[in-house]
Amino acid sequence: MLQFSKTKKLLIWSVCAIGILMAIPNMFYTTVEQSNDAEAVLETGVPVTPELTALSEQWPSWMPSALVNLGLDLRGGAHLLAEVQVGDVYAERIDSYWPEVRDALREERETVGTIRRQDGNDLELRVRISKPVAMEAAVAKVRTLASPVASLSNVGAHDIDVSSDGEDIVIRLSEAERLATDQRTMAQSLEIIRRRVDEAGTREPTILRQGDRRVLIQVPGIGSAEELKELIGKTAKLTFHPVLGRTSDPEARLQSRQILLPDVEDKAMFFILEKTATITGDHLVDAQPSFDQNNRPAISFRLNPTGGRLFGEYTANNIGQAFAIVLDGEVLSAPTIQSHIPGGSGIITGQFDVAGTTKLAIQLRAGALPAKVTYLEERTIGPELGQDSIDAGALACLVAFAAVLIFMVLSYGLFGVFANTALIINVGLIFGLLSMIGATLTLPGIAGIVLTIGMAVDANVLVFERIREELKGGKNPVRAIELGYERAFSAIIDANITTLIAAVILFVMGSGPVRGFAITLGLGIVTSVFTAIWVTRLLISIYMGRRRPKEIEV
Amino acid sequence: MRLKLVPSDTSLDFFKLSKLTLGASALAMIASVVLFFMMGLNYGIDFRGGTTIRTDAQNPVDIVAYRAALQPLGLGDVSITQVIDPAAQLTGAVSNVSQIRIEAQAGAEAATVDTIKSVKNALIEVDPTMSFPQIDSVGPKVSGELIQTAVIAVILAIAAVLFYIWLRFEWQFSVGAVAALVHDIVLTIGIFSVLQIKFDLAIIAALLTIVGYSLNDTVVVFDRVRENLRKYKKKPLKDVLNMSINETLSRTVMTSLTTLIALISLFVLGGDVIHGFVFAMIWGVIVGTYSSVFVASAILLRLGVKRDWDKVNDGRAGTQFADIDA
Repeated sequence: MLQFSKTKKLLIWSVCAIGILMAIPNMFYTTVEQSNDAEAVLETGVPVTPELTALSEQWPSWMPSALVNLGLDLRGGAHLLAEVQVGDVYAERIDSYWPEVRDALREERETVGTIRRQDGNDLELRVRISKPVAMEAAVAKVRTLASPVASLSNVGAHDIDVSSDGEDIVIRLSEAERLATDQRTMAQSLEIIRRRVDEAGTREPTILRQGDRRVLIQVPGIGSAEELKELIGKTAKLTFHPVLGRTSDPEARLQSRQILLPDVEDKAMFFILEKTATITGDHLVDAQPSFDQNNRPAISFRLNPTGGRLFGEYTANNIGQAFAIVLDGEVLSAPTIQSHIPGGSGIITGQFDVAGTTKLAIQLRAGALPAKVTYLEERTIGPELGQDSIDAGALACLVAFAAVLIFMVLSYGLFGVFANTALIINVGLIFGLLSMIGATLTLPGIAGIVLTIGMAVDANVLVFERIREELKGGKNPVRAIELGYERAFSAIIDANITTLIAAVILFVMGSGPVRGFAITLGLGIVTSVFTAIWVTRLLISIYMGRRRPKEIEV
Repeated sequence: MRLKLVPSDTSLDFFKLSKLTLGASALAMIASVVLFFMMGLNYGIDFRGGTTIRTDAQNPVDIVAYRAALQPLGLGDVSITQVIDPAAQLTGAVSNVSQIRIEAQAGAEAATVDTIKSVKNALIEVDPTMSFPQIDSVGPKVSGELIQTAVIAVILAIAAVLFYIWLRFEWQFSVGAVAALVHDIVLTIGIFSVLQIKFDLAIIAALLTIVGYSLNDTVVVFDRVRENLRKYKKKPLKDVLNMSINETLSRTVMTSLTTLIALISLFVLGGDVIHGFVFAMIWGVIVGTYSSVFVASAILLRLGVKRDWDKVNDGRAGTQFADIDA
């Protein structure tokens, strides 16, 4: 039992060695981090500068360079839990059916008569026909426009439900289409949030979908949650609308399919616009900050071929008319079309400053958020507070460590030294594992490590106490040690599995910092069982083999 | 010379006063429940929504002036407390940190940028050196879900453990262990009600760790009980239990002490951010150690165990690790 085969010895020592090797980079955190960053920059293919090379060579490339990620509470940064208002998109979706429905019904003019769109709630499209007797035919005609929804759960479902209500045909999105729309909206929002956060150049942001309509955004190093919200919060929805008139009356009466939007500068000035946009931000392929002919900051844009064609046609047919450039419900400017604009590129002027055009160009390039985003949770942690927490945590770790080491030696003498060696290896293994799996260390995570230091000795204590008992029972040293390990084994396993159960549940159910705690606690249990059962025993076996003591004192 | 916390051969009778200790535990649990309903827990924003702002200034914290500055904003219930860091007191470092809590504003999911800005501006007028190292805001929708998840997590943990112990031992052990667990959790909630320490997500993590730790302790005692039950088939259960507790006493004290040493150093030096969390764990270790002897074992004694399970259950789960012949 006390004898280890060569292979086993080798295996145990190599696990320890690899674990500790993986943990070493964390002792030189800043150096390794700078080196990693520089290497990442070099890999993107930028010209090699001496500074970058020097930084990347700060840490030898043959050494492992994986680091423990520091959580937001240690590094500082912002955390947002956003909810995407997926329902916002329904109104637009249903509105987009109007031209199709109109054209289809016009073909049947003979039977259904004249058609007119009715104003109603945003979630349905109501079309009144002048010959209600032909309602059935009209509904049937509109139904032919429905197309199947590609989804797994609703085989054979169509995108719209068509019904009749008196003289009106009512078209609504089907349940399946709503679900499919939600999925699309979420995927798009996630992508756009990611692009906007990435464009701002922050390091290692976390952007995760949570549940049906939530997005978790964590950005280390950003000043505040406000800043982050500003970056991703603007929907940056750009549309071009034909201008029908101007007014200073905010209560101006509108005809159907018209909207009244304020001027971005002069809030007392309003534009009456056609509700359906000619061009939308979806047609945009590029936006750059630039300057207009008077050298004022402006934004130049380029449209995709479809957008370019639409824009070309529209400008050709409406020379002399004004069109409004609308951003997030405010009219940026309303230039008059001077001439046909082919090619699909142009320039947006307005009362911008350079910083404003840069930010807006980023947002336009990343695309508009398809729906509004509300924030359910937001947290900001300043970097100084994070550093304070690291310092305090490290100090607490060291003191706890030293106290436990001393306590163990006082209680168990030489065997305490063996246990302490295992404990030191244990902490190395925890950090090594954390770096290897790229886990995030949080403040409660540090608490988990400190707790593990306290509890890790438990397995050794169990064994040592058992050895003492066996020695008292008159067994010779080798036999006492063997029995001590054998008999303490079931208690060690049971005791640690129960704690592991708690850690796993914490990990599954918890979030953020709590999860960080569960990870270090769980890893700590695994490594402490390993070090207590194998490492300490190996040390004792080596000692017993070399010295062959007649008596041992535990 | 060794440091020995517990004399080598103890033969204390842990059940002499078992009526008294069980009664005291029951009383403490009832008191905790009553206190919980009377005083309630001091829920953090994780569980009831709202905003907390941590302030750090060069001038001493002036709660009255802060309150006066925030009064005109009409934010409803505002609580302001000075944060006291024992580590800072030890080193004599000046720490002028306060924590301001604003209740969830009607209609808003999380605090709006405007609310936070107006609070910041009002406070900076009082003390221009002030900075805001931490701002947390949780909407009522999320906080409701967080409570739900937390409660489910604790119940799940207890159920999983109940199942595991039943698998490895016998149902009587499992009832004893879970009674001890519930005892520890209820008492922890009780002390949090009395002291009105902020109860947030981290405390739930602490509760689950207490579940793990308390069990750890109970399982070690039970493991020895199982072993002794096989060894001494004729001995009365009470004597077997007493013997097992005495035999493991030295280990129980050692492990509790090393854990407490680590936790206390974290409590004193780890900064105020995790104070509540560490406090809960210290309390949990003390109560958990007590309960594994005076609750879990005492209940096991009252429930009794099947003595001849060795023959019937040979080879079944629960016997495979301890069946070692000397």
